[in-house]
Amino acid sequence: MTSRILSAPARGGVSRRGILQGAAALGAAGLILPYGAKAARAQTRGGTFRIGLGHGSTTDSLDPGLWDNLYVQVFAASRHNQLIEVGADGQLVPEMATSWESADGVTWVFAIRQGVSFHSGRDVTVDDVVASINHHRGDDATSAIKTLLSAITDVRADGQNVVITLEAANADLPYLMTDYHIPIMPAVDGRIDPASTDGVGPYIVESYEPGVQASLTRNSNYWKENRAWFDRVEILSILDPAARLNALITGEVHLIDQVDPATIGMLEGRNVARILSIPANAHYVFPMDARAAPFNDNNVRLALKYALDRQAMVDTILGGHGAVSNDNPIGPANRYFFAEMEPKGYDPDRARYHLQQAGLESLDVTLKAADAAFSGAVDAASMFSENARAAGINITVDRVPNDGYWDNVWMKEPFVASYWGGRAVEDHMFTTAYASGADWNDSFWSNERFDELLVAARSEVDESLRREMYHEMQQIVSYEGSVVIPMYNNFVMAVANGVGTPEQIGSNWNLDGFRCVERWWMA
Amino acid sequence: MILTRIALGVGLLFVVSLVIFWATELLPGDLATQLLGQSATPETVAALRAQLGLNDPAPVRYWAWLTGALTGDFGVSLANNRPIADLIGARLGNTVFLALYAAALSVPIALTLGILSALWRNSIFDRMANAGALGAISLPEFFIAYILVLWLAQTGFFPSMVRINPTTTFGDRLYMTFLPALTLTLVVTAHMMRMTRAAIINLMASPYIEMARLKGLSPLRIVLRHALPNALAPIINVVALNLAYLITGVVVVEVVFVYPGLGQLMVDAVSNRDIAVVQAIALIFAAAYIGLNLIADVLSTITNPRLMHRR
Repeated sequence: MTSRILSAPARGGVSRRGILQGAAALGAAGLILPYGAKAARAQTRGGTFRIGLGHGSTTDSLDPGLWDNLYVQVFAASRHNQLIEVGADGQLVPEMATSWESADGVTWVFAIRQGVSFHSGRDVTVDDVVASINHHRGDDATSAIKTLLSAITDVRADGQNVVITLEAANADLPYLMTDYHIPIMPAVDGRIDPASTDGVGPYIVESYEPGVQASLTRNSNYWKENRAWFDRVEILSILDPAARLNALITGEVHLIDQVDPATIGMLEGRNVARILSIPANAHYVFPMDARAAPFNDNNVRLALKYALDRQAMVDTILGGHGAVSNDNPIGPANRYFFAEMEPKGYDPDRARYHLQQAGLESLDVTLKAADAAFSGAVDAASMFSENARAAGINITVDRVPNDGYWDNVWMKEPFVASYWGGRAVEDHMFTTAYASGADWNDSFWSNERFDELLVAARSEVDESLRREMYHEMQQIVSYEGSVVIPMYNNFVMAVANGVGTPEQIGSNWNLDGFRCVERWWMA
Repeated sequence: MILTRIALGVGLLFVVSLVIFWATELLPGDLATQLLGQSATPETVAALRAQLGLNDPAPVRYWAWLTGALTGDFGVSLANNRPIADLIGARLGNTVFLALYAAALSVPIALTLGILSALWRNSIFDRMANAGALGAISLPEFFIAYILVLWLAQTGFFPSMVRINPTTTFGDRLYMTFLPALTLTLVVTAHMMRMTRAAIINLMASPYIEMARLKGLSPLRIVLRHALPNALAPIINVVALNLAYLITGVVVVEVVFVYPGLGQLMVDAVSNRDIAVVQAIALIFAAAYIGLNLIADVLSTITNPRLMHRR
């Protein structure tokens, strides 16, 4: 056992951090003797890793531009690599790009890793990388990230480098390239085949039935040495929460997502699996239409923001697996999170004061909610309604059907429930949902100072100035914005005891940044 | 008589196909705007409409769709461009397998229990069988499924979910799908058993049964040889109805046991507005209902010669 612990960092010894973590694990093993064996990071090869996910549908597509749910995301991360990986600590790690640099933030040069081959056998070329990015650009592109990449004016090959030119400087372009929609795929005549499963990733697809299951075997030519421990991986779609839990208890699967908070206690009593609760940037929101009365008055919005008990919601709706948010879409896992911002407690008197400022005695609004928005949305809306009554605010909760919620209610009705998966980059989150006129600005909010800062911060290279700008933007959204953000929800997953997990689990996306398949092992 | 019945069935199916097509026509938007989604511009929509033949008049499109469906070509899924025949193929096989498995378990059980409880009418056995079957049918399917998982899966006897692929052997298939089949058996048995019992008891009051009894025949022989053949018509009908249910209505059981059948496909297709898939499955379900009822009618006509020569 000891020799394994010692050899683990040596085998994985690419980064200093890995060695430090290994040393920390050794220390822990020495200090806490009875559980030392459990905590040891003895990574071993072999085994079949089966995952049961509450996502996946027969309509899922292999086209990277259309990926939209956790099933396809994890499946993609199992068979593909990207230019840059987000490490478990949130730092950028070179993947198919060995390095990247830019003098002005406008022209970016990515050096492409040489000697890596696709599952089909051919070596990766710079042209493959260019085609993989261009799949999301151009007039005929149907990709979900077409708008996100619209600032790119040119992508070209230059020797063993790929050069990306932007419309205007953006210091976050490398982060943008970590987006899961941009895997490196083989190109023929400058175009990737969107129906192909060929990639350079840790596992090779054996069979795939959309909405049912995918089977993969280990890629013996995988270029990373300290990754991909399992021999085989099976990813199953199990939509029913109870069926998912049963599959874990009976040993059919080793990992499940979206564990119902109500069943966590029962699962812990069984002693077959452990719960991983990862604090993240994902959050639940109640957007208000800032164009429509009464929400066009910031005092009304502030009154609502002081009229809910955030901590009670975290405890009840999330079962404690989350954290209070101060109406801030930037989460604690973000680089420029404004942790020192003055928090808003549950304060009915203050809410009443803001109502009076708005010239109102009482307020009647309707909040439309469905559990499609987030699990527990209807309950959260009811709690909001109860809390707000003390401040003279009358919130009528209108429960609407899940079916068609995103088409007919969200961004159509003035006050609704919704969620955001959180973004690794501040700019990404703000540009998507808070910039004036953005496609998904679901509160239809517009603020001149905010828009100015958003553009300025994008190209600011001075780290402390940039931090200040992002802090001010968070302050503006929190105190003048048109969204109530009560809480950040953790990523909650349950892992069978037989599976080993790293000390630090990635929080950029669910399931270790979608990379559980590549990073975890059979203990 | 039988030929008329078959012709009626085919005609009915034709009408259903018209209704399905017409209902889809009523939906706002068309295939082109659905396919293009957010990136729909007037030019791309026009180009795609021409490509899909959407500019043709409705009767022409209906005819193309119907003839395609008859030859097994349902077109492609709007969501991921896979041929619908591929999507449906394996799942239809799974659904039919589960339906036949459940029928193979439930029909013999239901008939045996029905005959025995008619034979021993008002006995303890009769009351127990009735109470058990009615109890099982009164519980929602998902509840029965969860109870079975708790008793038979969490204790390690059977798997709690079905993981089958084309290479799974027949024996493994039977083992892995036992719990869903058992759940469905518990759901459908009561209906068939009660019908068998009622039909036989109804006949037991007839004069010719009285005659048989007076001749001194054994009760079992009376039921099997004299009552059952005349009771077959209603029994066949109720069996067919339940078989149709087993093919079309088992979404809940599919979800609980993660069984890749047609029901789940239909739910996915509806929630994603994948109209072409919905149309195809609706047509298959309608065909299953009409076909099974047709078979039941034909069989019950054959078992009752009087119906063949009705004037």
